[in-house]
Amino acid sequence: MKFDTPAGRNPIDQLKVVGKPTDRIDGKYKTTGTAPYAYERHDVVANQAYGYVLGAGIAKGRVRRMDTAAARQAPGVLAIVTTLETPRMERGMMNAAYLFGGDEIQHYHQAIAVVVAETFEQARAAAFLVTVDYAPAAGKFDLAAEAKGAKPVPGDSGEGSGGNGEERVGDFEGAFAQAPLTFDETYTTADESHAMMEPHATIAAWDGDKVTLWTSNQMIAWGHGSLAKILGIPKENVRLDSPYVGGGFGGKLFVRADAVLAALAAKAAGRPVKVALTRPLIMNNTTHRPATIQRVRIGATKDGTITAIAHESTSGNLPDGDPETAVNQTKLLYAGANRLTAMKLAHLDLPEGNAMRAPGEAPGLMVLEVAMDEMAEKLGLDPVAFRIRNDTQVDPQAPERPFSHRDLVGCLTLGAERFGWAKRNAKPGRVRDGQWLVGMGMAAAFRNNMVLKSGARVRLDGTGTVTVETDMTDIGTGSYTIIAQTAAEMMGVPLDKVVVRLGDSAFPVSSGSGGQFGANSSTAGVYAACVKLREAVAQRLGINSADAEFADGQVRAGNRAVPLGEAAAGGALTAEDSIEFGDLSKKQQQSTFGAHFVEVGVDADTAEIRVRRMLAVCAAGRILNPKSARSQVIGGMTMGTGAALMEELAVDTRRGFFANHDLAGYEVPVHADIPHQEVIFLDEVDPMSSPMKAKGVGELGICGVGAAVANAVYNATGIRVRNYPITLDKLLDDLPDAA
Amino acid sequence: MKSFTYERPSSPAAAAASVVATPNAKFIAGGTNLLDLMKLQIETPAHLVDVNGLGLDTIEPTEDGGLRVGALVRNTDLAADARIRKDYAVLSRALLAGASGQLRNKATTAGNLLQRTRCPYFFDTAQACNKRQPGSGCSALDGVSRQLAVIGASQACIATYPGDMAVAMRVLDATVETVDAKGTERKIPMAEFHRLPGDRPEIDTTLKPGELITAVTLPKPVAGTHIYRKVRDRASYAYALVSVAAILGKDGSGHVAFGGVAPRPWRVEAAEADLPKGAKAVTDTVFAGAEPTPANAYKLKLAERTLTAALNQARA
Repeated sequence: MKFDTPAGRNPIDQLKVVGKPTDRIDGKYKTTGTAPYAYERHDVVANQAYGYVLGAGIAKGRVRRMDTAAARQAPGVLAIVTTLETPRMERGMMNAAYLFGGDEIQHYHQAIAVVVAETFEQARAAAFLVTVDYAPAAGKFDLAAEAKGAKPVPGDSGEGSGGNGEERVGDFEGAFAQAPLTFDETYTTADESHAMMEPHATIAAWDGDKVTLWTSNQMIAWGHGSLAKILGIPKENVRLDSPYVGGGFGGKLFVRADAVLAALAAKAAGRPVKVALTRPLIMNNTTHRPATIQRVRIGATKDGTITAIAHESTSGNLPDGDPETAVNQTKLLYAGANRLTAMKLAHLDLPEGNAMRAPGEAPGLMVLEVAMDEMAEKLGLDPVAFRIRNDTQVDPQAPERPFSHRDLVGCLTLGAERFGWAKRNAKPGRVRDGQWLVGMGMAAAFRNNMVLKSGARVRLDGTGTVTVETDMTDIGTGSYTIIAQTAAEMMGVPLDKVVVRLGDSAFPVSSGSGGQFGANSSTAGVYAACVKLREAVAQRLGINSADAEFADGQVRAGNRAVPLGEAAAGGALTAEDSIEFGDLSKKQQQSTFGAHFVEVGVDADTAEIRVRRMLAVCAAGRILNPKSARSQVIGGMTMGTGAALMEELAVDTRRGFFANHDLAGYEVPVHADIPHQEVIFLDEVDPMSSPMKAKGVGELGICGVGAAVANAVYNATGIRVRNYPITLDKLLDDLPDAA
Repeated sequence: MKSFTYERPSSPAAAAASVVATPNAKFIAGGTNLLDLMKLQIETPAHLVDVNGLGLDTIEPTEDGGLRVGALVRNTDLAADARIRKDYAVLSRALLAGASGQLRNKATTAGNLLQRTRCPYFFDTAQACNKRQPGSGCSALDGVSRQLAVIGASQACIATYPGDMAVAMRVLDATVETVDAKGTERKIPMAEFHRLPGDRPEIDTTLKPGELITAVTLPKPVAGTHIYRKVRDRASYAYALVSVAAILGKDGSGHVAFGGVAPRPWRVEAAEADLPKGAKAVTDTVFAGAEPTPANAYKLKLAERTLTAALNQARA
């Protein structure tokens, strides 16, 4: 199905099932421990052995020699595959670093061997017996030091967002020079780890020259093609299966060492092998959100109209890596006739930087929305009013291009009202509650809505059960449920008559999960397949499909009402289709919007920061399931709070690695850090997005929330920290004396 | 984890004898620290002597009005004990500020005293660390050190003692009781239990090889407001950046020890006379000679401000 004209009325608009806050249909499997996650799929193939990955102990250089003799003699050891005896393997899609093979070390904890044994403990113990002789080389590990030599670069977040390196509209420098009020500050954001609960994990089994990988991956089709390329075998000889993913956040968009080494190890051992990355390897072997240095300049008239805005960002990466596209949102979020956005990329020899939840916008808004707060104060304007004044209904870089639907102002005004924003004291450091200095902050949320081609197969059997198969993944987001809701709505059956099967590369190719494109795209694909199935049903029953109504488990036309299952009495009916998106998203800008409001307390003595209240108002088209959508938004708000207050991969700039590489050292928020979170969705639809009229919401929650926290800390203390994370040590010197 | 042998001895002295007799043997109790370190091959014992079956898990009154806490009393039970909550609240509060409920259920009194540093370089076997591998060097000196010691450290090691319970025991003037392989008992004041690294950072305590902790005795209760104030980046499940264990009167007089700042709970008794004058007078003395790194110098100011908060709390 081609989607190239705005959606008209269709069966989804009935909203009998779609749009309801349905519990997850897979919830019972998760709460009972029976959802099959990759490492625990003991039943898929017999005789599984255990692989343990050894990571390099240097950040850059060469492996001269590896001695595996002792390890091979260790109890239970079945095979060892080393990087020296393996030619450097091709990289998969979007891999900047090589995953395995050859003697070159590009980054710390790069995989250099996999040890296979009968038990995990044996494999791990034997891995410690491998001795490695390195020839270390000097590397570049300090972004601040390398920023001067950074080169302009076009951006691509890896999920389709991004653009050219430097983009200009009008005359930024001239307008900035003439602006009555100007603002110019530089900020930094930290390297961050996805820190998903489930580690990267794969079980691999060969059958002749065919390999099956039970794995944990967000993008099955990408992974499928990448593994075929890396392993040098035809795609038809590779199968991926990833029905449950215990969190990805972008860390599992691309194939990583667990999958590659499980396949190599299984071949070497001659039996199935399972491999999971340890937490240190997740932090230094896989990808992370790169740190940035960002400069924002804003020029405005005295009434607060922006006349000039510039956002420049520098990040670092391995030679073939991409920049963090932190200036993305600044192209679209606010009006202003004279504009500049630019990115630079420095060469760093740290582990690979790559996509993490809302790549670009997450760290970009952490800066832009603090700059807006600072500028509002300079102007003597309320931060909400300043943003409303500079709203735009068109793409500011291409004014002929309107937004498909944009209600940022609605989010801001409703949020301000619900949060009690009017009670905020605009003068910082004035509100006290016992030992707490109390402050309120807000920020706009913005994330583009991307759409990707997505397919599905639907099958109706004689019992009236509809089975949906698509390689779409559920990374904890609720894909199973919204896909079931979509099929139930389309076929007029209750949810318990829908079976959803996901994550198998044998199923039709979907959008996958990333860039908050998954929910809208994949359900639109299911919609397309269901349209075909409805036609097949009507044809089988001899009904004109245009007249057929699918409701209550029946197909009705005129006076006739037939149980749906009857259409499949003579054999199951199957339909397959994809949604393919035309150029609607080029003609009109599709984005999602929101407003974050946060209240924090800062301990007047110790500067400990604790969040007291949070509210997000989101405008993201039709909300397919308010319950799972809310979970996505509060998860994003939590993650963004972590980025604002504690998350930082601490770079050892001499040795070139992230030193705090476990979950004791890399702190993410715990329950005690997060107060009640309120989420309001504006009631809206966007017919330009898809037949579902929905947009993405999985990343909107993290966008801007960190800035709202930062602005609240400023309002509480009067101290502006421009280097994230805002930890107490950065406040102590400027806090009033403890008394 | 390396393969190891395992036994359950019949008595404390037998346990001590077994550790002395077996090369590279260690006691294991709750296992909340040792097992993690064994998985990472930071600790590689060849033999484990499991002391969990030895009793040593009661809290009994002493003749001089204090309490004797068995080595195997779990953190959860110690924190919840009515006598501890009433008369040694600083200890109860310190325990509850540490780890998580699940870990406190397993962790023991003796094991908690013996928990090892959380320095990131101690935890990465590819990095130089004198505490883990004597003579290999200290990567932390010019590395990531925001959490590490500002005082009491050496050029060989700037690791911090990570625990909370021991900081409270230090301010309570607790005594560690031990038994050795010959059955000889010994009492070690908390002040002398953890040692400073000097040029031997691999040795954390003054325990002799095979010496087994049997109990920690608390002297008779000290009156005053019992405060344990732990400052950290997140609200729970994090090691202290700075902690203050204090027993203070309304006039501010009393006792104070600091955690998160040194290789052992840090207390300078001579400074305590200045407590009524306010925090700065005390911390100027307590931290005299501190040698922080640029990344952890904030701890000096934080210690002073946290003590101010404690004094305010006591005076309120």
